[in-house]
Amino acid sequence: MRVQIIQLAYLLATGLFVFALHWMNDPKTARRGVISGVIAMATAVVGTLIEPGIVNWGWIAVALVLGFAVGVPLSRVPLTAVPQRTALSHAFGGLAAGLVGTAEYYLWLGQTPENLTAFRMSAITAEIILGYLTFTGSLMAAGKLQEIKWIPQRPVTYPLQNVSNLSLLGIAVFCGVALIIKPVALAFLFPVIIVLALAFGILLVIPIGGADMPTVISLLNSYAGLSAVAMGFVLDNKLLVTAGALDGSSGLILSIIMCRAMNRSFSNVLFGAFGQVKAKATTAESKTVKSETPVGAAQMMEQSNLVVVVPGYGMAVAQAQHRVRELYDQLTKRGVDVRFAIHPVAGRMPGHMNVLLAEADIPYDKLVEMDDINHDMPQADVVLVIGANDVVNPAARHDQASPIYGMPIINADKARVCYAIKRSMNPGFAGIENELYYADQTFMLFGDAKAVVGELVKSLSGPNGGH
Amino acid sequence: MRILILTARLAILVVTVTTAAFAQGAEGAPQGPTFLDALFVFMLATFIGLGVVTRVSRLLHTPLMSLTNAISAIAIVGSIVITGRDHPTYITVLGAIALFASMTNIVSGFMITDRMLRMFKRRDVSKP
Repeated sequence: MRVQIIQLAYLLATGLFVFALHWMNDPKTARRGVISGVIAMATAVVGTLIEPGIVNWGWIAVALVLGFAVGVPLSRVPLTAVPQRTALSHAFGGLAAGLVGTAEYYLWLGQTPENLTAFRMSAITAEIILGYLTFTGSLMAAGKLQEIKWIPQRPVTYPLQNVSNLSLLGIAVFCGVALIIKPVALAFLFPVIIVLALAFGILLVIPIGGADMPTVISLLNSYAGLSAVAMGFVLDNKLLVTAGALDGSSGLILSIIMCRAMNRSFSNVLFGAFGQVKAKATTAESKTVKSETPVGAAQMMEQSNLVVVVPGYGMAVAQAQHRVRELYDQLTKRGVDVRFAIHPVAGRMPGHMNVLLAEADIPYDKLVEMDDINHDMPQADVVLVIGANDVVNPAARHDQASPIYGMPIINADKARVCYAIKRSMNPGFAGIENELYYADQTFMLFGDAKAVVGELVKSLSGPNGGH
Repeated sequence: MRILILTARLAILVVTVTTAAFAQGAEGAPQGPTFLDALFVFMLATFIGLGVVTRVSRLLHTPLMSLTNAISAIAIVGSIVITGRDHPTYITVLGAIALFASMTNIVSGFMITDRMLRMFKRRDVSKP
């Protein structure tokens, strides 16, 4: 009887998880999705707690309380720190899967070795390899995003990198196969696999630079889900399999979207070490850039019908989103139509810019996807680029020699006038020269994004005596 | 996009079928049907996941990721079973750490998702 109740609880939880994701298709219903997810999780936890044979209540209570105590502050981080929080929780997910797999293996090894069937061993091997590599890989990613000093931000590369990484993974898989065949006699291989998986996770993320983080975070998201699926196979628990599969497929789709938005393949992101691609001899002809003062730019925007803002990671770094909101208010007050053009890979994780702008109270119907805004670009009087670089580089359309050739971009060069806020003329993260800055209609606004947007707001509000 | 997803689906199908065949042929035959059940569930859940997630609004990809993050902390179920049963202490400790990690993800995942979703407002709500 109790078993049936538990299974029914799991069934209910599975259904609610699917609804939780379903409701995310619209911002209006999305919060319902969270409620549905919370109910599902509570049902699953209560269902598991009434499982027969649970005796260590003290341990469970302590772990739950500590988890709660750490979880609450982690949910209050500033929104600019959301990418590293996400990476950190992927690390926790991977760690949990790896530890449960380890515990199950040693439990069966010590008590009932006949339970270590070929199928279970395959599942355990998959669980610990995925779990531990997600753990260290995500920790590295979180460290890079948090800009911890001793973790290199730039991609680190060395000769034979891909060959040595892949052979490391190959050895781990080979040990796993050996363990599947002889799970008891070759028990010493188990810790070897753990160490190899931990090392592979670190080495996998070391060569990856900030611009590729959206893809890598999505991929690690997928791995964390798949390790939960493997745990479900080990424990013969269908709720783990379904919930893990939902997470795995979500991560997979996000990775595909990110890759397509950069016109690159998975293998190219993982093994390409983007940041230091061919230090392409930048054409020596001395091109000139024109700069403009904030006052001039403000006057121009004031007289426009349509202003399109293209935000990028630079806006997040400078924490300029609230100033951008003030600019939006000032221009809207004057009847100017202001829209935001969001490139899928702008920022450090999928949807990063949307969340930052929503935080600053910019209505979400003003946040327009790349494909939709590109139709309107020729009608835009002014486009304002804030801390974005590669995603507006016209070279992606026509320069076959450029590393970003073929990447879909926001056509900022099609607008009548373009203002680009930038600290200096140093090329961006990928080290690629951006020809947009040298175009006839482009004017640079040099300085910190927050300060420059603040100046724009001040010159707009000044004459009216506002503020 | 469609082709990529289709390829992914095909790949999952092929992997599932071959693992299933392998599982049946393996010595652990008595448990064969349960494992096959789990593989069916995995395949169908993946299809549902791909179908549902492709329709998620692009505005909400960051909250989507933190939500799925909390959902995959369903590993808490496995951690409770390991921690709760009467096992040698080192097993209990491994389970308790896993339980702590999963609980952290559940709490922070759901809370931050809700916090972010509350910020998405239409124009009428946020009057300048």
